Amino acid sequence: MGKELKVQLEGILENQGLARAIAAAYVSQADPTVEELTEVKTAVSEAFSNAAIHGYGMKGGTVNMEFAFTSKDTVMIKIMDKGVGIENIAMAMEPLYTTDTGQNRSGMGFTVMESFMDRIKVDSKPGEGTAVTMIKKLDTYYGI
Amino acid sequence: MEIIFNVMGNTLIAELLGELDHHAADSVRQRIDSALDNYRAQNLVFDFNKVTFMDSSGIGMILGRYRKMGEKDNNMAIVGCSKPIRNILNMAGVFSIIDYYNTAEEAVEVFDRKEVS
Repeated sequence: MGKELKVQLEGILENQGLARAIAAAYVSQADPTVEELTEVKTAVSEAFSNAAIHGYGMKGGTVNMEFAFTSKDTVMIKIMDKGVGIENIAMAMEPLYTTDTGQNRSGMGFTVMESFMDRIKVDSKPGEGTAVTMIKKLDTYYGI
Repeated sequence: MEIIFNVMGNTLIAELLGELDHHAADSVRQRIDSALDNYRAQNLVFDFNKVTFMDSSGIGMILGRYRKMGEKDNNMAIVGCSKPIRNILNMAGVFSIIDYYNTAEEAVEVFDRKEVS
């Protein structure tokens, strides 16, 4: 306790860089490796862009991010939007699944989050929004 | 994100600099597509040496160009990825359809050899 951080950002893609910079700054407190820092930044980038692109359909809306250490070296990151929500969460998390009818989205967002973080939980209700909770244990130098 | 374009023979080399995310991807796509048209390039090399960050938007950007170029008889290659970027591209199996080389020169050499034979 006492180290929690709550941030509210406008859910537009222009803020994607800021969202992952905030995540990097927070996680840096635990002295992670460069690789872990990149993994956290990438996962947060994916979750935030999901909120902006799918949750809010590029029209903007509030994205809340919460950061906490559940132990000295384990970080929990929650990214929440009040957008359209996900009808079928299991299907949305399938690798290569995309609702994009063009040819420019990969459908790999959740797969990247799952690979780079230790645990991921998605809560969503159509019309109410989506919350993505991710947990990662960091291999900190002082933790060895 | 900045892009420096270089032409070697029939090959367009797109050197990407900075962070590639969903915000940057749209304009990267447009600039590469118009460069491909302008130079009438047959082959395309993505140089990732100076990319400091990439999320899954990079997969869509690369595969989108691959589909576009695949309509003709063209070659494509990716060079100079850091380990995290290679991890992400591997997740989507990008390297099973697009060759990876260490340098752009190496990729161009392979393309040239293909054309001769």
